[in-house]
Amino acid sequence: MRTLLKLATAAAISLGVSAGMALAKDKVKVGFIYVGPVSDHGWSYQHDQGRKAIEEHFGDLVETTYIESVSEGPDAERAIERLARSGHDLIFTTSFGFMNPTIKVAKKYPKIKFEHATGYKRAKNVSTYGSRFYEGRYVLGQMAAQISKSGTAGYIGSFAIPEVVRGMNAFMLGAQSVNPEFKIKTVWVNSWYDPGREADAAKALIDQGVDIMVQHTDSPAPLQVAQERGIKGFGQASDMIKFAREAQTTAIVDYWDAYYIARVRAVLDDTWSSTDTWGGFDKEMVHLAPFTNVSQEVAVKSSQTRDAIQSGQLQVFQGPIIKQDGTVFLKEGEIASDKQLLGMNFFIKGIDDKLPE
Amino acid sequence: MTWLEPILLTIVTASTPLLLAALGELICERAGVLNLGVEGMMIIGAVCGFAVAHTTGSMSLGVIAAVVCSMIMSLLFGFLTLHLLCNQVATGLALTILGLGLSGLIGESFIGEPGHKLPQLELPFLSELPYVGRLLFAQDALVYISILGVILVSFVLFRTRLGLIIRATGDNHRSAHALGYSVRKVRYGAVLFGGACSGLAGAYLSLAYTPQWTEGMTAGRGWIALALVVFASWRPLRLLLGAYLFGAVSVLQFHAQAYGIALPSQLMSSLPYIVTIFVLVIISGNKQLTKINTPACLGKPFRPDR
Repeated sequence: MRTLLKLATAAAISLGVSAGMALAKDKVKVGFIYVGPVSDHGWSYQHDQGRKAIEEHFGDLVETTYIESVSEGPDAERAIERLARSGHDLIFTTSFGFMNPTIKVAKKYPKIKFEHATGYKRAKNVSTYGSRFYEGRYVLGQMAAQISKSGTAGYIGSFAIPEVVRGMNAFMLGAQSVNPEFKIKTVWVNSWYDPGREADAAKALIDQGVDIMVQHTDSPAPLQVAQERGIKGFGQASDMIKFAREAQTTAIVDYWDAYYIARVRAVLDDTWSSTDTWGGFDKEMVHLAPFTNVSQEVAVKSSQTRDAIQSGQLQVFQGPIIKQDGTVFLKEGEIASDKQLLGMNFFIKGIDDKLPE
Repeated sequence: MTWLEPILLTIVTASTPLLLAALGELICERAGVLNLGVEGMMIIGAVCGFAVAHTTGSMSLGVIAAVVCSMIMSLLFGFLTLHLLCNQVATGLALTILGLGLSGLIGESFIGEPGHKLPQLELPFLSELPYVGRLLFAQDALVYISILGVILVSFVLFRTRLGLIIRATGDNHRSAHALGYSVRKVRYGAVLFGGACSGLAGAYLSLAYTPQWTEGMTAGRGWIALALVVFASWRPLRLLLGAYLFGAVSVLQFHAQAYGIALPSQLMSSLPYIVTIFVLVIISGNKQLTKINTPACLGKPFRPDR
């Protein structure tokens, strides 16, 4: 009798263990580290939308967790390690400043897979991914040149880093394709996020006669000001239509859902490998919010441009492109390499503003 | 003149929250209490104001809620520092951290909700005056309150008995106590006034400046308000000047940029802070000046022995 009992328990335990093991294989635990609060209605919010998309898509096959408002620095390493230790299989670290901590933790946990957004350091178990937002800005430029009567757009910049400069150049190229004389007035607010200052900057620009508002900062405040003063503008990072029903014409929306789903799928299928993805319209990583408050004509042309970029028929940075100082950036027909794009630190011809140094 | 008016209007908007918050802190410090929690109280005011205005649809209820909630925060500060005699600096910092966190929690469901803007009160006839009419007499209620507040505070502080008591409490709490005034009561009053003003400043941010709620929307304005009090060497009229100077510098630098004046934008952004440090150096270099104005018991705890 006693042996029987023993056998039964042993069987039960082994059953339990094997069941547990089977579970661990079928179920992927995915962790996210956000630099801001989920509720910032911008950068981190969109990453969290991606996380929710994973849950919805895979249902019981995944389990997701996130840690929000993690500051870039030593804190980040601790947060990433916490996720690594608690049995996550795949960890997304979603800000540039998490690059070194991610690499460091990845070295300690070679079995866990890491995905770092917007960085350039990779390892066997670390992929990088980013988004070609500038493709969206080209479309915005075309729209602005069609909508604006004064031929001048107001551009609110955060910091003069390649990401922002590239966006500005792409915007200008788009605008010039419609109106070669198009101008932009630029204001740098030296912050990614300060609704008050962004609003002040928008007011200053409108007071100086711009009649369309573009921003590379994260709060909806400039768009709200645009609405108040009766001009049009574009949303940033997420669809901001709720804040400016009569002013938003479209918005560049960060869209990570498709990429995140693909990466989780790869882990489930055991086909994951370290990659570097820099996708735009083609990989569905950039979306444009529905065109509103514009004529049918503008909307149609804009979606055509979007489709042309998506199919690769239209390259945003294709020569001839002249730099602000008159030197040649790209010769006729030449297409900019990713390296050239990633390090872009000059304005193209047509932008009068001096790049802050 | 037509191009100047919108610039001046923007300056008023940028300066008002600073002025409101600093005014409260000025009274607080005049009574001898250093409350570094302005930022925290302000953001609680911003979120509560927005939440109530959004839920009830009444702007005045929103403003009242902002004031009340910030006062509750300041009451907490008062209890800790005046009753339990906690360190004022540490408690103030904690209050800021608490406020920032708590506001995120309260405001979670209001993210992305469009807000309504405080209506402009146009005074009949006056608002139609040429040039200055719209600038001076077509603002929202909080702008008027901030200007009237300066005048009122200045009057009370230097022309009334109550002002004398407040200043005495801040300058020498032992003597004030010996004369039979309750130091604790006076300071509670001052701290609550500070909370109310921070609440108004917060309400101004989320209901007038940028009518929306987003986390961390005060973006350091509470700290600027604190600096302004020192900048103004604890005098209300200088505070008015300081707040508007600060607002003007930060708005004008945007105009300069948009106009294409090639000035380094990083320097321009830091200009208001540089000016503050500059003034701090000047006034603290002059011992006489500092002695006359700095409340002598600022930041010191007081325990009534008898």
